[in-house]
Amino acid sequence: MAAPTTPAEIGGIGHSVQRKEDARLIEGQGNFLDDIDLPGTLHMAILRSPLAHARINGIDSSAATAIDGVLAVVTGDLMDQHGLAWMPTLSGDTQAVLATDKVRYQGQEVAAVIATDPYIATDALEHIEVDYEELPPITTPQQSLEEGAALIRDEKEGQTDNLAYTWETGDQGATEEAFAQADRVVTLETHYPRSHPAPLETCGILADVNSVTGQATIYMTSQAPHAHRTLFAMVAGLPEQNIRIVSPDIGGGFGNKVPIYPGYVVATAASLLIGQPVKWVESRTENLISTGFARDYYMKGELAVTDEGRILGLRVDMLSDQGAFYSDAQPTQFRAGLFHVVTGSYDFPAAHINCKGAFTNKAPGGVAYRCSFRITEASYLIERLVQTAAYEVGIDPAEMRLKNFIQPEQFPYETATGFVYDSGDYPTALRTAMDEVGYEDLRREQAEARAEGQLIGIGIAHFTEAVGAGPSRTYDIAGLKMIDSAELRVHPTGKAILKLGVKTQGQGHETTFAQIVAEVLGIPANDIKVEHGDTDHTPYGLGTYASRSTPVGGAATAVVARKLAEKSKKIAAHLLEAADEDIELASGVFSVAGSPDRSVTIQDVALAAYTNLPEGMEYGLEDVTYYDPPNLTYPYGSYIVVVEVDPDTGVWEVQRMVALDDCGVRINPMIVEGQICGGLTEGFAMSAMQWITFDDDGNCIGANFMDYLVPTAWETPRFELLATEVPSPHHPIGAKGVGESATVGSPAAFVNAVIDALAHLGVRNIDMPVLPDRVWAAIDAAS
Amino acid sequence: MEINITINGSDHASDVEPRTLLVDHIRRTVGLTGTHVGCDTTSCGACTVLMDGNPVKACTVLAAQADGTEVTTVEGLKTADGLHPIQSAFTDDHGLQCGFCTPGMMLVGASLIAENADPSDDEVRWAISGNLCRCTGYINIVKAIQTAAARVAESSNGS
Repeated sequence: MAAPTTPAEIGGIGHSVQRKEDARLIEGQGNFLDDIDLPGTLHMAILRSPLAHARINGIDSSAATAIDGVLAVVTGDLMDQHGLAWMPTLSGDTQAVLATDKVRYQGQEVAAVIATDPYIATDALEHIEVDYEELPPITTPQQSLEEGAALIRDEKEGQTDNLAYTWETGDQGATEEAFAQADRVVTLETHYPRSHPAPLETCGILADVNSVTGQATIYMTSQAPHAHRTLFAMVAGLPEQNIRIVSPDIGGGFGNKVPIYPGYVVATAASLLIGQPVKWVESRTENLISTGFARDYYMKGELAVTDEGRILGLRVDMLSDQGAFYSDAQPTQFRAGLFHVVTGSYDFPAAHINCKGAFTNKAPGGVAYRCSFRITEASYLIERLVQTAAYEVGIDPAEMRLKNFIQPEQFPYETATGFVYDSGDYPTALRTAMDEVGYEDLRREQAEARAEGQLIGIGIAHFTEAVGAGPSRTYDIAGLKMIDSAELRVHPTGKAILKLGVKTQGQGHETTFAQIVAEVLGIPANDIKVEHGDTDHTPYGLGTYASRSTPVGGAATAVVARKLAEKSKKIAAHLLEAADEDIELASGVFSVAGSPDRSVTIQDVALAAYTNLPEGMEYGLEDVTYYDPPNLTYPYGSYIVVVEVDPDTGVWEVQRMVALDDCGVRINPMIVEGQICGGLTEGFAMSAMQWITFDDDGNCIGANFMDYLVPTAWETPRFELLATEVPSPHHPIGAKGVGESATVGSPAAFVNAVIDALAHLGVRNIDMPVLPDRVWAAIDAAS
Repeated sequence: MEINITINGSDHASDVEPRTLLVDHIRRTVGLTGTHVGCDTTSCGACTVLMDGNPVKACTVLAAQADGTEVTTVEGLKTADGLHPIQSAFTDDHGLQCGFCTPGMMLVGASLIAENADPSDDEVRWAISGNLCRCTGYINIVKAIQTAAARVAESSNGS
């Protein structure tokens, strides 16, 4: 790790500065969505379909409307009168806001009650009568694509089957050639099951539309407030200057708070129609059954390999379960997100990826749950596949990786699917993690344990993530280019305010982004206020997800601070009566080259910016930068998990988890490590327990925290963290982003460890979540 | 129905519907919004408060059941002497990220260290196993609770 260049009292890059966010949060003074109360606020509750697939023959809301305290019952017909019964999704499909024709999944929005009290609103739901005509539900994408399957999207013009999209990338010819040359083809078929980000705070909105002025102030649990403002303007036809989105403190996002949900549209429309603020906060069940699921990819991967274990090519077939509407939050150009990063950390010339998605009678979503657009699925597949290949070829899984790694001197490295990896040293990372865990000794212990009937497994995952979307030539969501911004204003006393287009949900932007400014200008991080989340008061940006805050917003921050540093040097030269080019800036002190005793501070310069300027210079010390990244950034890591599996019960326990992460330059090491520990926990969760599943009738199993298991402190393993630091060559401060790395990389490490424990029995796959009964069944089938 | 609950040392007499949940009473009637709601099913612990010193999940306690009790919420942790040791330890050890679970975690932690001056890693993990955190992976929460315990022990040894 590079040592910090600023003293601790300035707290620039590399200092584990304590978080500014904490003061309000530890005293119960946070300002989360449901904490906001406006005079006259009404409360909304949503009636949801109990059925997965049914025609709506009629809705009778008269009894509900008659209840004391109920102001309105909103149905699809009412929304339709305002052209808002349907809305566009982030993947170019349409999604029902309130159902008018059919319900297409359990939990779909059918009607909404607006009442003076949330208890009354919920009571009134019981009094709405919906006449449903049941239709057969389709609960798997395989069924959905069968000949003669019932058409789920019968309202969609030109839609004659249940296919949501097809997408193909890579070079099919070159890949077939590689497979023709291979000594063997190794195949792995696996399902990355449906999961849900389940942030501890559910989604919600408080819409306050002033019927006289038309001003819409919308408090919303939003990871992307600026993008949401623009989309609201486009969808609802509201003039954009009248829309102010305020994303307050967010109780975790993980991708769940990227989409616009039907409830947001209904609450805003209701506020507009009634003329009072309307609040809607999801229950946990609503959150789990209707908003932003993730994953649900059925993947078949094939590796062409030589007998020496050299990879020649990769072929992938993927079928995704999209639910009733295709609403993935992803860049327009890529129908399966960045899934084509599936070539992983390996140097081979050919890959071909074939993707299709099917509509089913399940909730829509397809959000990138703590990952960069489907990269988790990709990383999981290649890391599982490489391990499978190692077993088939008969070499150690670590050696298999070392043999095929992209080498440090090959960067920038263009993959077979067109990503240009910026930097890395993969062999050092893996070897460092192997040394830490004592890999060779573990393999010996494993062999001895096997001889005594004990099952020890060692699982490796070496992931490369592509984050920080992204360059405007390639990346947009719904037509909005994925740039981001920072606006910096230094006040006369040398204190500053930094305004961001990105939005924290716990990542600590108020601290780390101040540290970037502190690094450049030498203003202490604690003297810099960071504002974000309020579209009236911050510059435009696409928001926080896909680990893009540091790669894009952080770069904008560094660039805008450098712009102010340039102006500050000129002011300092004026104050010091020196030539501009002789001024040097270090830790907030401007001195004259060769005469270090002649100096002024950034605070002196700030005052001069408003009081004493060189001839012809404009007053003030502020600027704004919109940053269009030249490339994505590519953090990576080597994770090694050791498990012990009980052969009698299939229960597995993590004995060790060594995680080496290289995310380039670390702005605040304490926060980076916090992000990694959180991400590893979610990776463990997906591998071991988190699972949204459905019965044959389309009933969601996993609709609350008693059925959808998220790990507590008791189940969560202990982690041993390591770091290397290969900076990104194109990022202004060399940082790559880290928030999602561990979630992306770790599931394969946990699953590989369990499979490794059983590999000698011939077991090659157990689908996630790797539940004890599945492990037991795999052992039983093998023996 | 008429109830009277002492919340953070102040009496709050009110007329509530019998079905009113304690968490809604605290948040909406009393106006203390530091207590959060994360699941509605007693699973996540974001709504944890101390009732007569014991942690309860306020989303499944009726306000009426709390009649006559003393309730402490996150807003009541700080005293005239300053932050409760659990609060400063959560900051020092980076025991929070989004901060949504934090009030519940700190109250459970405060309750634990009041009874166990030197809790082990496992004892802390068991104590907070009714509280979910989606951000931290718990490691720094455990550390913060142990730090707070050590600081309390140190200051009582010193006095």
